[in-house]
Amino acid sequence: MSDIACRELCKTFHQGGETITALDHVSLDIEEGSFVCLFGPSGSGKTTLLNALGGLDTPDSGAITVGGQRLDGLSRGELADLRLHNIGFVFQAYNLITVLTARENVEFIMQVQGVPAGERRALATRVLEEVGLAGLEGRRPGELSGGQQQRVAVARAIATSPALVLADEPTANLDSRSAAQLMDLFVTLNKERGVTFVISTHDARVMGYARRLIGMRDGLIVSDEQQQPHAMDV
Amino acid sequence: MSLPLAALGTLAWRNLWRNHRRTLIMLAAIAIGVWAMIFMAALMRGMTDQMVRNGLQTLPGELQLHQRDYRRDPSVVNSMEPPAGELLQVLQSAPVAGWAGRVRVPAVISSERGSRSVTLLGIDPEAEQALGSLPEDLFEGRGLEGKGDRGLVIGASLARRLETALGKRVVIMSQDPDNNVAERGARVVGIYRGRLQGDEDRFVYAGRAAVQELLGIGQQISEIAVSGNDYRRVDEWYPRIAAAAGSGLETLTWTELDPFLGSMLAVQDGFTLVFMVVVFLALSFGLVNTLVMAIFERVREIGLMQALGMRPGLILGQIMLESLFLLCLGLVAGNLLAVLTIAPLASGIDISSVAQGMEMMGMSATLYPALHVQDMLMSTAVVIILGLLASLAPAWRASRLDPVAALTRD
Ligand SMILES: Nc1ncnc2c1ncn2[C@@H]1O[C@H](COP(=O)(O)OP(=O)(O)OP(=O)(O)O)[C@@H](O)[C@H]1O
Ligand SMILES: [Mg+2]
Repeated sequence: MSDIACRELCKTFHQGGETITALDHVSLDIEEGSFVCLFGPSGSGKTTLLNALGGLDTPDSGAITVGGQRLDGLSRGELADLRLHNIGFVFQAYNLITVLTARENVEFIMQVQGVPAGERRALATRVLEEVGLAGLEGRRPGELSGGQQQRVAVARAIATSPALVLADEPTANLDSRSAAQLMDLFVTLNKERGVTFVISTHDARVMGYARRLIGMRDGLIVSDEQQQPHAMDV
Repeated sequence: MSLPLAALGTLAWRNLWRNHRRTLIMLAAIAIGVWAMIFMAALMRGMTDQMVRNGLQTLPGELQLHQRDYRRDPSVVNSMEPPAGELLQVLQSAPVAGWAGRVRVPAVISSERGSRSVTLLGIDPEAEQALGSLPEDLFEGRGLEGKGDRGLVIGASLARRLETALGKRVVIMSQDPDNNVAERGARVVGIYRGRLQGDEDRFVYAGRAAVQELLGIGQQISEIAVSGNDYRRVDEWYPRIAAAAGSGLETLTWTELDPFLGSMLAVQDGFTLVFMVVVFLALSFGLVNTLVMAIFERVREIGLMQALGMRPGLILGQIMLESLFLLCLGLVAGNLLAVLTIAPLASGIDISSVAQGMEMMGMSATLYPALHVQDMLMSTAVVIILGLLASLAPAWRASRLDPVAALTRD
């Protein structure tokens, strides 16, 4: 279901008379159950690509298929539904709704999906425990550390069993210990649940976890190789 | 897809209290606006109420029955038999609170010093009591003591003009059905002060039987006045009386008898509504500004909600709910405030300093604010409907934010 196919994606931005090519005829296939890292210097187009895969941003040209579903031609509402049911996002920071507690943040998507309250509660308790946050369910984001916040975001992303998680520099604001814990969590979820992960990063240690490494520069894919994953040393 | 109202409601409620100060200020503004709407409406209602009541007591009655041709020619020729049978039955049953048969004819009253043309009212004082139509301010002498009373009660102004006084004799003169002059001497037994000076000059009261005898019309009367004690609800019982009266009689409600008073009541609702809308328009700038600020402060979070898969409609709904909560809280506070400030004024507000000169319009020196549930409902409807309409624009814009731009905002 989470097979991803991109064909000839192009995206340019215009800023102050300058034209910036963020994606330059990018073609890419990602199989279900993959664990992929996108890396490359700042401005190479990683975020733009992730946003396009999640239907948050529309490329100027080219086609994206996620799980057999073509994204072009879908309305904003249909794209929202696709994300709601199939795609989890984890951003670098500010992942949580500030007025909701950790538990409510996790339950929020399920609530929108219409999952019954009892089931929702049980699931939220389980995933929060799974990401190591048992006991902190009632805290609001402001009362959690950066690492804890990221883990709430992960708990939320996986609670609904999405087929695909798109993570944009999820460890950038974390100390190495929290970063390692988060990456371990991703690996576990990938192995045990078969969730596809596409993670963008600058961090060489994070890249070590990936089974497939895709290098980008100036909106182009410049390298794409499989590797033997290895955890970072803390 | 079902609407996740609980989720939206929680979000809306908590977002509302994100910025206490701003929310409380807006709440206070809405509450004061709502209070002003209801308070002003209560004052205006009290004012019209009084004008209509005063008007009805001069007419008097909320409903009148006449012989079919009476309005065209209000002379003694067009008299009617006193009610009997079905009509009498209807008049004696609820919701009719009182009715009275009167003889009302043009007449001339003369003293040794002068003559004036007046309207001679032959009444049954007991029956009139229920209609509240007798002069309430009898400052000399006595009132009529029954329908057979042969004395006259005249206005103070008329007494002055005729240079007559209590206990003096005057001559009252009218026409009988055969166009012969009917006249009789009578004693002034009471002098009243009217609500309006015009009334004092115009109406001369006498016992009904005495007037009938003077005119030689047997038991006949000119009109039947009916009251149900609430001039606003005449339409509810009017048809029954009209049906019982049959085609020989004309049944007129007070709005038809006094179109000016009737139109006062009709434009009242319109005035109140316009006033409320104007107050709200002033408020709506604050409301829209509050929402725009609230949205501006959490653009990033709105981007996040879009990324999580919230449809634009849900984001719109969340902000509309937020606005609805704010409006409802303001309404509750405003209504409470209105009730609390109007209740102590039930004994009336003394406006004698500004009321002089308004007496011609039938106003008195004391104003009784009238709190109507209808006005509270109207202000609620105005605030909710216009408030949501005004919120639509900012909410719509929030729901259409570009998620990528929103997420990268710092
Ligand atoms: N909204 C925008 N307006 C103008 N230019 C943009 C916009 N978004 C991205 N760009 C440009 O597009 C290019 C690709 O940006 P993108 O954010 O995808 O890079 P990135 O690889 O994620 O970089 P980083 O590692 O710094 O996050 C950059 O040159 C960036 O300046
Ligand atoms: Mg980026």
